[in-house]
Amino acid sequence: MSTGIPVQYFLVLATIMFFTGIYGFLTRRNLITMLMSVELILNAVNINFLAFNRYLYPHKLEGMFFSLFIIAVAASEAAVAIAIVINIYRRFATINVEDVNEMKH
Amino acid sequence: MSLGTFFIMRHELLLITAALLVLIAEIFVDAGKKRSISLFSVIIFGVITLAGFIPSPTGTVFGGMYISSGTTLLMKNILNIGVFLVFIQSLTWLKKEENSEKISEYFILLIFTLTGMNFMISAGHFLMFYIGIELATIPIAALAAFDRYRNKSAEAGIKLIFSSALSSGILLYGLSMIYGTTGTLYFSEVAKLFVNNNLQILAFIFFFAGMAFKISIVPFHLWTADVYEGSPINITSYLSVISKGAAVFVLIIILYTVFPVIMGTWQKTIYVTAILTMTIGNLFAIRQQNLKRFLAFSSISQAGYILLGFIGGNQLGMASVIYYILVYIFSNLGAFGVVTAISNATGKENMDDYNGLYQTNPKLSLIMMLALFSLAGIPPVAGFFGKFFLFTAAAQKGFYLLVLIAVLNTIISLFYYLLVVKAMFINKNENPIEKFRSDFPTRFALGLCVAGIVITGFASIIFEAIKNLSFGV
Repeated sequence: MSTGIPVQYFLVLATIMFFTGIYGFLTRRNLITMLMSVELILNAVNINFLAFNRYLYPHKLEGMFFSLFIIAVAASEAAVAIAIVINIYRRFATINVEDVNEMKH
Repeated sequence: MSLGTFFIMRHELLLITAALLVLIAEIFVDAGKKRSISLFSVIIFGVITLAGFIPSPTGTVFGGMYISSGTTLLMKNILNIGVFLVFIQSLTWLKKEENSEKISEYFILLIFTLTGMNFMISAGHFLMFYIGIELATIPIAALAAFDRYRNKSAEAGIKLIFSSALSSGILLYGLSMIYGTTGTLYFSEVAKLFVNNNLQILAFIFFFAGMAFKISIVPFHLWTADVYEGSPINITSYLSVISKGAAVFVLIIILYTVFPVIMGTWQKTIYVTAILTMTIGNLFAIRQQNLKRFLAFSSISQAGYILLGFIGGNQLGMASVIYYILVYIFSNLGAFGVVTAISNATGKENMDDYNGLYQTNPKLSLIMMLALFSLAGIPPVAGFFGKFFLFTAAAQKGFYLLVLIAVLNTIISLFYYLLVVKAMFINKNENPIEKFRSDFPTRFALGLCVAGIVITGFASIIFEAIKNLSFGV
């Protein structure tokens, strides 16, 4: 198979991206930044799929297609999320999660 | 694509047709007459529900990506019944002035989520499963934020979309590891190539965590109470019954067909999460005053009981899970139906408001009592048999301690269910909720729920039929 960068590098990159995303999701307080963290998680998954497909199973394209679908679904998810974020901004005049807490018990 | 293919995919194709018909109706109906769309949609959906019961061929489509079997047909029919009840219950709410412009959106989005659930139940490939689960969750978030002018609704929507996005990210990370270790994503081939190495167990844990978000299993339950409280009440009942039921169905199918090799691992996972889910759901439910929050925590603890059916990996376990979901649909929709009726008539949702309800609205109180008894599992009603079969399935495989903890939890749950009953029947109130007569759809839906609670409990043929269609590991 292809020479050059070994597959482990891609997997380490994907792992770092995944956990950066999780960390960002849990610590960031801005809704848009949280959405970006989710995208980071999904892109980590995409890298995983593509690396596995290219290096381990190059005869079939299952991983490639899966990542294509992930990109499309992530776009629609972001569209709905941003629509709700805009509505949040109109209602609460902020997009800080700490302030969106009408139901805190 | 032959004609037979269409019959195999009948449920999904009918639902997509229905959604398109509602879309077309939205275009051609005049602005003033939008309310007629709701009746039109309910009738179409009633026809689909009935058509689901026509015997149809089973088989696989798309090279094994889509599988239709007796079990999946049964699950889809159960979900259809539940959605039909939710539709009827929401008619009164949709008549309100603020919703007059959004009626068709409500039906279209709900029908599409149901399509997604059907696809994920029928999936034979993780790609189909993933697309189904996303189709089932993204429109729900839009619906949770349906009341644009209520702050709580927007808050519920944002909490739902963010937690479901995070959970699907985690789930996908697990799927990518499964792909890396097996080289395929077809359920049947993954099951053959699974060898129980550490990476695959990690992949399973990621997968299970993602699914646990959807079923709201502790420790992934934190979004549930807020989303349930903030959403419009009919969406809450849809989330707590249909979404949860579909996720339970798909999880049990995948555990039984894809992960039988690591059964020991998932039994341990489920053992711990079941105990946590039951106990924490029950303990938090005790101190709730808002009935929607109360029912949210009660539904978390119900998910804990349902996990008891998973753990044995036997045929009885799957049968009891499907049966319990059927009973749970009727009981929970009965309880939500009463809360909806009172909320629509008076806007009151707190437990204190229910004091003395029996004096003014005896019928509603009796229905609420029956539904709560069924949720708690008091003998003559269906919920008792549902719990009994779940506990039997776990005990059959020797999980006696788990069953004991579940029985103790049932006693705790009885306490808080009876708090509501006590409020309605015993507590005195100077000015209780006034006597009101709910309109025909509400009464019809509540009647169906009561009939369901009674009939599923007494007709043993239903459980036998479900058991014949179930399978073990």
